[in-house]
Amino acid sequence: MALAFDLIAQAIQMLLVLAIAPLVLGVTRKVKARLLRRIGPPLWQPYIDLWKLLHKEAVLAHNASWLYRAAPYLIFATTWVGAALVPTYAANLMFSWSADLIAIVALLATGRFALALAGMDVGTAFGGIGSSREVMISSLAEPAMLLVVFTVALIAGTTQLSSIATTFVNASIGLRVSLGLALFAFVFVAIAENARIPIDNPATHLELTMVHEAMVLEYSGRHLAMIEAAAAVKLVLYFSLLACLFLPFGMATTEKDLGALAIGIGTYLAKIFVLAAVLPLGETAVAKMRVFRYPIFLGGAFAASALAVFLLFVSRGF
Amino acid sequence: MTQSMGFDVAHLLAGTLLVLSFVLLYQARITAVLNVFALQAIVLSLSVAWQSLIQNAPHLLVTAGIAFLVKGIFIPAALHRIVRRLGIHREIEQVISAGPTMLTGLGLVALSILLVMPTGGNVSVLVREDLAFALAVILLGLLMMITRRNAVTQIVGFMSLENGLVLAATGAKGMPLVVEFSTAFSILIAFIVFGIFIFRIRERFDTVDVSALDQFRGERGDRV
Repeated sequence: MALAFDLIAQAIQMLLVLAIAPLVLGVTRKVKARLLRRIGPPLWQPYIDLWKLLHKEAVLAHNASWLYRAAPYLIFATTWVGAALVPTYAANLMFSWSADLIAIVALLATGRFALALAGMDVGTAFGGIGSSREVMISSLAEPAMLLVVFTVALIAGTTQLSSIATTFVNASIGLRVSLGLALFAFVFVAIAENARIPIDNPATHLELTMVHEAMVLEYSGRHLAMIEAAAAVKLVLYFSLLACLFLPFGMATTEKDLGALAIGIGTYLAKIFVLAAVLPLGETAVAKMRVFRYPIFLGGAFAASALAVFLLFVSRGF
Repeated sequence: MTQSMGFDVAHLLAGTLLVLSFVLLYQARITAVLNVFALQAIVLSLSVAWQSLIQNAPHLLVTAGIAFLVKGIFIPAALHRIVRRLGIHREIEQVISAGPTMLTGLGLVALSILLVMPTGGNVSVLVREDLAFALAVILLGLLMMITRRNAVTQIVGFMSLENGLVLAATGAKGMPLVVEFSTAFSILIAFIVFGIFIFRIRERFDTVDVSALDQFRGERGDRV
């Protein structure tokens, strides 16, 4: 009975992130459109888009290798597994032992690696430039992300997400300037990784500026559907990670009766949709950056997270 | 009020001071630099006021007041006026490659932590921490003076260095008020001298970019 309950709870977690991902994207687009005084597509438009793409013929270039066909599924799989492991509405689920922060960073890096390879596979100029830029961005963002991980891990004493969330919910950790810096760095990294505005524009097809879109330009049909779904799930993953690390209130941690789980799901959804509405606010306030300014933007994130680690060392006195 | 609460707030304020030093290092717009500097001085005065509360040392409140009035309000306002009169308030100073500068700054922070941390066992964690942060702020102020080419931002670097000195002095118990007064006044005098100096540079070279002075240095006379 307990096993069945655990399995169901884990299955809900896995399906929840997948089910709300297009909706979150829809909310983001809608809020952004309203901020630009447009009406914008309906909230469920991303679901319709995915449905349409799944039923269209997938067109392949003549010189496309197996890699090109396999990459979308690999990207989707790694992203979904990563998103399913982040504690959303409850910590200490069945597979929580594997939900290590470093493992999630590695899963995302695997997906990105596959995407960069697929971008170069057909040999078009756009794919190549997109891949090279994506790899540059990730090589800048990953050190900052790992330092954020270290900051959180030093405070909680573990890199396992469930334990971190449990610690942050239950124990009082006081005022921490380190956590604020880590949050700042995390937001920068999340913006860069999700191809959102100062770094990349998800709605553009202008050659000079696109990064993510350049790599997936050749894809169509079900392959494109997989990639689009993976991008939506990735956004939810970063939102959940932010909610889990920095706003973990409401999460069901130790006692798992139905009431606690309901509160957990309610607060989780509220947090995710608030974040989805806040993101376009930030996006409309700033302009897209030049490619050569990315190192400064992400260097700021790196500096903030490194400073967070240093400050922790000072307050602990080694 | 518990011990840990006192420590946490002091940690937060000192950490914010250090973060603002980094923002100063990073920021390229002159007016923004001046605003950040004013904010840093205000955070410094808050930090000193908090120290006076947890150390039961009311004379530190005077120090906080001086920091707030002189460095939080008077000097930034005067610098704003100077910048406006020089007509450089919209200028964007090219900071010499922000990436290496930030890395050097991080290195300096690590250095100051490594230097201060091993000192004596009978010093409380709070004092050690304040000393580490203060040393880091001083070194970052020096770094800012090195990397900037505009005379006004170099002055800001010098003033933020002095913020670090005040932080160090208040962290250690019992700084005499006389010392605080004399530093405050020397800063003011230095500021007046700087102000006159800036206008002299401008009159002479039509710019406040100090690299214009380089060609008058003997050893580099051949480079223009």
